[in-house]
Amino acid sequence: MSSSTRSRWGLRTLGLGYLTLLLLAPLVMIFYKTFEHGIAPPLDAITSSDGLHALKLTLITVAIAVPLNTVFGVVCALLLVRHPGKGNTAIDATINLPFAISPIVIGLSLFLLYGTSGWLGPTFAEAGIKVLFSVPAIVLACIFVSLPFVVRETVPVLQEIGTDQELAASTLGANAWQTFWRITLPAIRWGVAYGIVLTTARVLGEFGAVTIVSGSISGQTQTLPLFVAKQFDNYNEAGFYGASILLALLALSTLLAMNFLKRKEET
Amino acid sequence: MGITVEGAAKRFGDFQALNDVSINVPDGSLTALLGPSGSGKSTLLRAIAGLEDLDAGRVLINDEDATSKPAQKRGVGFVFQHYAAFKHMTVFENVAFGLTIRKWKKPEISDRVHELLQLVQLDGLAGRFPSQLSGGQRQRMALARALAVQPQVLLLDEPFGALDAKVRKDLRVWLRQLHEEMHVTTIFVTHDQEEAMDVAEQLVVMNEGRVEQSGTANDLYEQPANEFVMSFVGEVNRLGEHFVRPHDMEVALDRDENSEEAMVQRIVSLGFEIRVEFALADGTEIWAQLTRAELQKLELREKQIVYVRPRQTKVFSGDVPSPDGRGASTPHGRKPGDGNAEVSAAV
Repeated sequence: MSSSTRSRWGLRTLGLGYLTLLLLAPLVMIFYKTFEHGIAPPLDAITSSDGLHALKLTLITVAIAVPLNTVFGVVCALLLVRHPGKGNTAIDATINLPFAISPIVIGLSLFLLYGTSGWLGPTFAEAGIKVLFSVPAIVLACIFVSLPFVVRETVPVLQEIGTDQELAASTLGANAWQTFWRITLPAIRWGVAYGIVLTTARVLGEFGAVTIVSGSISGQTQTLPLFVAKQFDNYNEAGFYGASILLALLALSTLLAMNFLKRKEET
Repeated sequence: MGITVEGAAKRFGDFQALNDVSINVPDGSLTALLGPSGSGKSTLLRAIAGLEDLDAGRVLINDEDATSKPAQKRGVGFVFQHYAAFKHMTVFENVAFGLTIRKWKKPEISDRVHELLQLVQLDGLAGRFPSQLSGGQRQRMALARALAVQPQVLLLDEPFGALDAKVRKDLRVWLRQLHEEMHVTTIFVTHDQEEAMDVAEQLVVMNEGRVEQSGTANDLYEQPANEFVMSFVGEVNRLGEHFVRPHDMEVALDRDENSEEAMVQRIVSLGFEIRVEFALADGTEIWAQLTRAELQKLELREKQIVYVRPRQTKVFSGDVPSPDGRGASTPHGRKPGDGNAEVSAAV
């Protein structure tokens, strides 16, 4: 066995061992535990009215937060890469904030801002819009924590494709809008798609910020991760295993969907 | 008609890319913008296309002021050095792009695209993606794409720069033939003087953001306006104030009244042409271009003492290039620092 082969196997074993111990073992454990007594108990827990409501609320949040952050992310990436200017450094740094700040702090800051003595709270209250302990707060929190993904995934792809294709399109008569839809977006689509997958996974799983602003009221403002936590607190094993699995599968399916689309296009 | 640029200026930070540039490209001609990198030739081309905004000056395309028109409305075909192929589209879709934007009907687009693909000899490859083409094929596709929309002018930015030598030579010939068939006003940018002379009917030599001289290849070679043009469009020796082409160096074994003593340093055979390097008594190094027959007649060896005499030389007085070949002190000469304005490129 040559030394390079040995080192390759060594590295491979180390990497796989690390992944198995830290990532796969907990996940396999949860799968095992969920179906230990058959499919009925976890299924019952998920299809309970609170469970279904949590699922619905999570999906609604994804349906609002992900498109908004996708549009914002692409526009922001275009601004950063295609229109360099003095303000861009500030924008670039600000976009990274959600990565740097703990979700619980984000939740707290939203709580203060939209609370009765916050800057925006009274205004919304007067307009009759309930933000805190309601769907808007959950969506706001999720938008905040998942904001950087699409920008961060799109910026390098935009830089890589350069401007030649866009300029060529403009000399061929395309306006800015046509150039974006026909040239730029198709060229960066996989960067954006990857950003969407990460955003979706983040929104699906967001716990810390949502806990604070939603109040976690069963059947009303409880998202799926909050539902999992509640079942855990109540020692409802079947419930929290089942809901956990559902959450994991949802995130996994977005990743698989992207891979499937990509492979389909490449063939 | 044709393309006229008047007093174009463009600055990138501290770098003056274009400094009061004026050119005139006749309708239907094939013109080369020739110059070293950083001379402003690409910036000028991009300004004509509307891909770069000028700080000052005007661009006229077929007598119409296009200075403030966006690229999409100028009716120019532009070909990039690195092809700028739309990677997610097939060859057919690439060429059809401009027509799709113009909302042509499908059968008409199909006819036009196939006609163009035939012209650029890519007809069998319509369904391929750019990644499946060679560099030369990609550039021909880019050319077909630019021609599809029947542009008023065709602009090519170092179109053969990324290709290997053999393909480059083939495409040169092909571009010239294409221009003869289509007669669309064409400007192409190159740093290769041989390529410029081979392809273009007229050349505009640029340096440091200014036009040094324009004219036919012959004009530039025979009557260079200044030292820069003389050394850029061909090889040159310098003997004090005098500039002489290596093929204008006469080599003799006997002294005569105008000749100078020189020692043969090196003899390099380049096929038909022989390059002989000399050192003069004062240490100046020069070289002469001889034919194989001349060399055999002289029987030169290294370290041999011979006598060299220029057949003809050029003298450019003053440091500043002057368009008429006379010095800066003549009435029509230019004062140092006033840039190079108004060099007409009419053939």
